Amino acid sequence: MTGLLWACATVPAAVGAGLCVSGRRADRVAPALGIVTAGVVLALSVAVALGRPATSAPFLPGAEFGLAVDALAAVVLPAVAAVTLLVLVFSAADVAGARARYTGLLLLFAAAVVVTVCATTLPALLFAWEVMGATSYALIGFRWQEPHRVGAGLTAFLTTRTADLGMYLAAGAALAGGSGLALADLPGLPAPWRDVAAAGLLVAALGKAAQLPFTAWLSAAMQGPSPVSALLHSAAMVAMGGYLLLRVSPLLGATSWAGPTAAWVGALTALLLGAVALAQRDLKQLLAASTAAQLGFVVLGAGVAAVAGGTAHLVAHAATKALLFLAAGAWLTALGTKQLPALRGAARRWPLVGVCAAVGALALAGVAPLSLWATKDAVLAGAHEESLALYLVGLAAAALSAGYAGKVLWLVWQRLPADAEAGYDTEEEGTRQVRVLQQAPLVVLAAGAAVLGLLALPPVGETLRRFLGETGAPTPSWAEMAISALLAVAGVLLMASVRVRDRSWGRVGSWLEGWLGLARATDLVVVRPVLRTAEALARFDDRVLARAVTGAGRGALRTARAAARFDDAVLDRAVAGAATAGVRLADATGRADLAGPDAAVRSLAAGTRWLGGWARRTQTGQLHQYYVSAAVVLAAALALLLAVR
Amino acid sequence: MLSSIIFLPLVAAALLAVPRVPDRVARWTWIAVTAADLALVGVLIARYETPADGGLAFEERARWIPSVNSSWHVGVDGLSVPLLALTAVVFCACAVYGLREDRRPRQHAALFLALQATCMGLFAAQDLIVFFLFFDLSIVGMYAAIAGWGHGRDAGRSALQFFLYTFLGSLALLLGFIGLYLAADPHTFDIPELIAAAPLQDNPVAGGFVLAALLVGLAVKTPTIPFHTWLPPAHTDASAIGSAVLAAVLLKMGTYGFVRIAMPAMPDAWRGAAWVVLAVGIASVLYGALVALAQTDVKRMIAYTSINHMGYVVLAVGAAGLLGGGTAARELAVTGAVTQMVSHGLLTGALFLLAGVLHDRTGSYAMRDYGGLARTAPVWSGLFAVAAFGSLGIPAFSGFIAEFQVFAGSIGTTAWAAIALPGILITAALFLRALQLLVTGLPGGRSIGFSDVRAVEAVPVTGLLLLSLAIGVLPWLLLDLITPASAVLVDLVGR
Repeated sequence: MTGLLWACATVPAAVGAGLCVSGRRADRVAPALGIVTAGVVLALSVAVALGRPATSAPFLPGAEFGLAVDALAAVVLPAVAAVTLLVLVFSAADVAGARARYTGLLLLFAAAVVVTVCATTLPALLFAWEVMGATSYALIGFRWQEPHRVGAGLTAFLTTRTADLGMYLAAGAALAGGSGLALADLPGLPAPWRDVAAAGLLVAALGKAAQLPFTAWLSAAMQGPSPVSALLHSAAMVAMGGYLLLRVSPLLGATSWAGPTAAWVGALTALLLGAVALAQRDLKQLLAASTAAQLGFVVLGAGVAAVAGGTAHLVAHAATKALLFLAAGAWLTALGTKQLPALRGAARRWPLVGVCAAVGALALAGVAPLSLWATKDAVLAGAHEESLALYLVGLAAAALSAGYAGKVLWLVWQRLPADAEAGYDTEEEGTRQVRVLQQAPLVVLAAGAAVLGLLALPPVGETLRRFLGETGAPTPSWAEMAISALLAVAGVLLMASVRVRDRSWGRVGSWLEGWLGLARATDLVVVRPVLRTAEALARFDDRVLARAVTGAGRGALRTARAAARFDDAVLDRAVAGAATAGVRLADATGRADLAGPDAAVRSLAAGTRWLGGWARRTQTGQLHQYYVSAAVVLAAALALLLAVR
Repeated sequence: MLSSIIFLPLVAAALLAVPRVPDRVARWTWIAVTAADLALVGVLIARYETPADGGLAFEERARWIPSVNSSWHVGVDGLSVPLLALTAVVFCACAVYGLREDRRPRQHAALFLALQATCMGLFAAQDLIVFFLFFDLSIVGMYAAIAGWGHGRDAGRSALQFFLYTFLGSLALLLGFIGLYLAADPHTFDIPELIAAAPLQDNPVAGGFVLAALLVGLAVKTPTIPFHTWLPPAHTDASAIGSAVLAAVLLKMGTYGFVRIAMPAMPDAWRGAAWVVLAVGIASVLYGALVALAQTDVKRMIAYTSINHMGYVVLAVGAAGLLGGGTAARELAVTGAVTQMVSHGLLTGALFLLAGVLHDRTGSYAMRDYGGLARTAPVWSGLFAVAAFGSLGIPAFSGFIAEFQVFAGSIGTTAWAAIALPGILITAALFLRALQLLVTGLPGGRSIGFSDVRAVEAVPVTGLLLLSLAIGVLPWLLLDLITPASAVLVDLVGR
């Protein structure tokens, strides 16, 4: 069974990577291979949902790569796998060009979602979490020839990664607090670290779920192909943000503030983005805003610990919104437009698509007995128990969703105007046909959107609650359910009036249509300051730091030159001077030598010679003179002797 | 075993340098020798078993300069084996890429083989004099590589700046080494003996000065701010292979010096300086990323990301000196630091080789000159995209493994480390921006007529990226080597 769980993640990853690497050569086989792989993943996910294995593999020191299918994952995993399969079937008929890359990226993304759903440790979760981000970048910017689409991918990736930093922080907090990196251990952390971990995961989840204040990326992400939106921006990536909060709901509950914060962020996002959706004129933008709003209910559910309700809403919304995105995609491919005014009567051209879209819109509106009516009420029951204000905000958000869903419904089912063609082909060249492979998934998803409400209604709902270990949580009263059903019907009916539908709301309207100015605000508050700082630092680096070093080098060179000059001018001259002085001294010494001692020696020699001359005169060779001399010497000696005595 | 790994490329270099062998023979000899050295390292890893009691494996010792107690002492542990392997891999990849070098290929091969020997020697050295010898010889070798085979107008000037700056750093290092030698009783340059003795342990003043000298010397080589200004011009003007080797291997010498010498031999002083090291690490991470974001030249941009990536290493080794946190967190930080050294080597090596292709085709690194390369050079674009995503730390590649451990371990030790977190976000922004400018859109400017990568360019890059992928998916392959050594190191620093 654990092998099946690993296969569930590795099979789509391996096939996806293979398709990405093989490039255009595999374009022909890619759609079929993708559908088969997604089918295998669906079968595997059903199998592991029934078997519920847990496994882990060595990954980092002290942190395993843990995967397990618990009750929560057992509900969500098959749902995500099913939507993936249906989206791939739709794409086979809808997406043209570079199919290998497209299918490969979608499968890689699916693998990351499987790991996200089943992760039991932070490293495994973050691993899959960031791969989801990267593949979503590549899928949003799938048509890379058009710079604005790549730019949208960049916005999406950077915004979600900003939030992802929270997950790194949470990992650090888990280590600092001394618990392992297992998700289940986090609620047991000591006080400050538990709060840091909760805050980190909360921020990461809010970013992915496109909750306030991170919502703007989802608007940009609509530049991606419609089937990508159907998977990433309804069933999987955005939903994973909500899913993470459902999974760590015990951690949120372990702190005093994280639960209420999540609940209020979710409720306010549901309200404000519901209003944003109502103001949109572009169908995909409307659906995107609605996704953020509906995920707001899931986040609200996680915040008030209504995990069963939140899970049911997550799954039902996945089916509903995937259906609507695929319908929007079918119209976009066929008619070349996603502008709401141009889509008047589109439902009548292809009735099957129209009926499916109607089911989706009614479910989204919360009309009983369709799915989101029941699931939303399960979440709101939890909110009601927490605080009345939270419940009322949620109810207002529910009314808004009825409004925007009704707007779509009436518009596409209007009589086809005579000049309909004039509004077509504004964004791409329409094919004017919707193929069977595009229609089939819609039927399945419509069925899901209709009946998945059972997940929140007895008896299935009770089973789900027991399954998730949440037996004591509040359930909606019949009065609450009746109120929300009436609100939904009233909201849809109100939109039947053209005057209400087309009413201009002035400045507020354009503020809402521009997604609350969030993208502009991000640009002003974050992007530009960072870029300016970067440029300033780069200038500082070039002009100050680098120049300081070269300046120091130049200074050294200058010092060296000065030393060289000193060497030439002073030292060298001193040495030369010393040498000259030496020579001169030698000269003087020579002269003095001649004048002094030499002369003395000579005169001594001359005196000696003169004396020698005198001495020579006595040597005459005549005997008488020698006798005289001897007599004189004797007389002198005698005299000396006498004198001495 | 170890000595033959070091001397094999050196002998080959000498053989290529002296006789006039034909260019073709020189090129293929180069590849053969690097492959043989890689195989030897492979055998070494296969036979490597973590030594008990934190000792060394494959130790060799021979008399060398007995008068100062310095010997030819080499040996490996879990900190050095990954770097030896990285060196062998990167040089082998460069040898393949170098098949297309047509400027004095014989001398080129000889120079890079000699450089490989110095890098191998440094990572195996267990004696400060041997370490210093290889440290300085690597500077000389890289100077010759930039000055002789660089391609910028200012290659000579950049090479000179590189030489003087890093040589000055090495002098500071030598000063520190001599300080350690004099403090040890009996005087020795032997690294394990110095670690065991931990001289200057109870002499904060002298210890502070010696550590300061070591830190400055290693910080210049790493480089951390504010000692990094030699790096961008050196990279811009070096050839593709020169840049790859410089970034992938030579920068590691600085950070390796931290974990090999400074931390275990001077635990007391290291703990005292840990906050400074941590602050420099954080500043390098943020500053490197921000300045890289503002670059318009792709090679300069990659150079600045090196400062950012090496900043993670400095951040982690700084955190490892803070005793407040738990041991597990500090060990994770050190393991992350060593993983980051390997990861940065593989990914930045690949990025520089890819940037070299741009220059080879058009002579320009300016990102605005390109656009739409995905159409004209799809394989290059795919490889660049993968390398960029790997480098920005996307999971399934080694960068994520490294950065996750660095951050989890460092934040687990001190919450201040979280200040550096935006670094991974800015890195993501700058790589995606580069991708957008170079790869996407319609082909324009110099992209028109751009010919895609050839086999000799694609094979080494692919090899580096596959290794990064392997580490990213099966990190324990690498971490099982590193983890015991980082436990020993954290233990030593905690003395």
